[in-house]
Amino acid sequence: MQNLTLLGGEKFQITLQRLCHQLIENHNDFSESVILGIQPRGIGLSKRIAKQLQIILPNYKINHGVLDITFYRDDFRRGDYPLIPSATEIDFIVEGKRVILIDDVLWTGRTIRAAMDALQAFGRPEKVELLVLVDRRYSRQFPIEADYIGIKVDSISSQKVVVGWQETDGEDKVILVSENK
Amino acid sequence: MADIPQQLSSRHLLGIKDLSLKDIELIFETADTFKEVLNRPIKKVPSLRDITIANIFFENSTRTKLSFELAQKRLSADVVNFAASSSSVSKGETLIDTVNNILAMKVDMVVMRHPYAGAGVFLSKHIKVPIINAGDGAHEHPTQALLDAFSIREKFGEVAGKKVVIVGDILHSRVALSNILCLQKLGAEVMVCGPTTLIPKFISTLGVQVETNLIKALNWCDVANMLRIQLERQDIKYFPSIREYGMMYGLNKKILDSLNKEIVVMHPGPINRGVEITSDVADSKQSIILNQVENGVAVRMAVLYLLAARK
Repeated sequence: MQNLTLLGGEKFQITLQRLCHQLIENHNDFSESVILGIQPRGIGLSKRIAKQLQIILPNYKINHGVLDITFYRDDFRRGDYPLIPSATEIDFIVEGKRVILIDDVLWTGRTIRAAMDALQAFGRPEKVELLVLVDRRYSRQFPIEADYIGIKVDSISSQKVVVGWQETDGEDKVILVSENK
Repeated sequence: MADIPQQLSSRHLLGIKDLSLKDIELIFETADTFKEVLNRPIKKVPSLRDITIANIFFENSTRTKLSFELAQKRLSADVVNFAASSSSVSKGETLIDTVNNILAMKVDMVVMRHPYAGAGVFLSKHIKVPIINAGDGAHEHPTQALLDAFSIREKFGEVAGKKVVIVGDILHSRVALSNILCLQKLGAEVMVCGPTTLIPKFISTLGVQVETNLIKALNWCDVANMLRIQLERQDIKYFPSIREYGMMYGLNKKILDSLNKEIVVMHPGPINRGVEITSDVADSKQSIILNQVENGVAVRMAVLYLLAARK
């Protein structure tokens, strides 16, 4: 096992700040926009983005929810164990809003496809955007790209990209894990 | 979350007896998420879109059948319904033949209600697909027990340590047996209450308390589950008259208000208003009867999902 840190320390915080400011550039005061973290791995990032946006825009309400996509995945009954769902918490109206979906890593694009399906159950958003911390390039299995990207990574499919959060893992970092043969 | 297993220990849901505490917790956690789905503008998820389920009812049912069918449709499963009264069963076909013929049409799962105890267990030894028992005679009705316990958990936060009394026709009730087993696995204390003729002789060996005085039982409990008198299963007279039963074991507002604490009232349905429970109690704030019905769909969705997903 070999770990390579792709993003950490101050650079990590600068990247988050940049993503927040890019969002503000396109969404102004967020009165018509909502943030949705994708369960389970996107929650760390979406919470942090929502928190930082609130600090930058203290006078505006940032709507933040979490979306579980388990029932919309395309690999039901294909693994050894059932897919166990997590909670969905959306206590605002999605209909007519501009939705920013947030996940930690964009890889095959299958999660995002499921998330767009899941989102339809809550209404018809005006627009759906995607924000990811890590874009693993050249690995897409669906025609899906992100609107906001923290870092772009070139990796092979046997490698793993793991995002850690201070709140849950003790440190903000993005690491590339390679299996040694 | 971490100590919850990732799949049910059994391929079928034949009775609460076969479930572990962890199985029940997994079903409840999954049902929580389905309850949220049921409150969305679009109450449907595509999980079971490639699954076909046969609902085989050899005995009448309104609530359970409707609840199962809604749960299946909310999960996008294809559903076929079969009622014994309008089928070839009346022409002399055996249970295994009937079910095998249905399965030959590529059905992936069977939900069955049958008037004889053990019908589900028997069938599970002869067919390959998962079977959900929707009530077998006076034996078990596992999804009812699960939704009852789920409703208690929703009301109190947990089931462990709660005192639940089951009142009425314990002898003929599959709801009673499944409820006793389920509540005990979850750590609740269970008491049964009713006329001695309607309490099975050795029920105390299950570890439940027995009480024949309704007022004493109600003063003991946190939750009272009022069962219907199953006249259709009673071969002889077990009490002088329905009126007298209602006077001795019926729950009315006067009794409810006279208790030393506010208890929660449940009923698995169908209600015989004025017999085991009066209208003002059934419709009171202390009653969670309609919550039970609502939770029934979410719990059945969880059971269907977990069994369909299991390899």
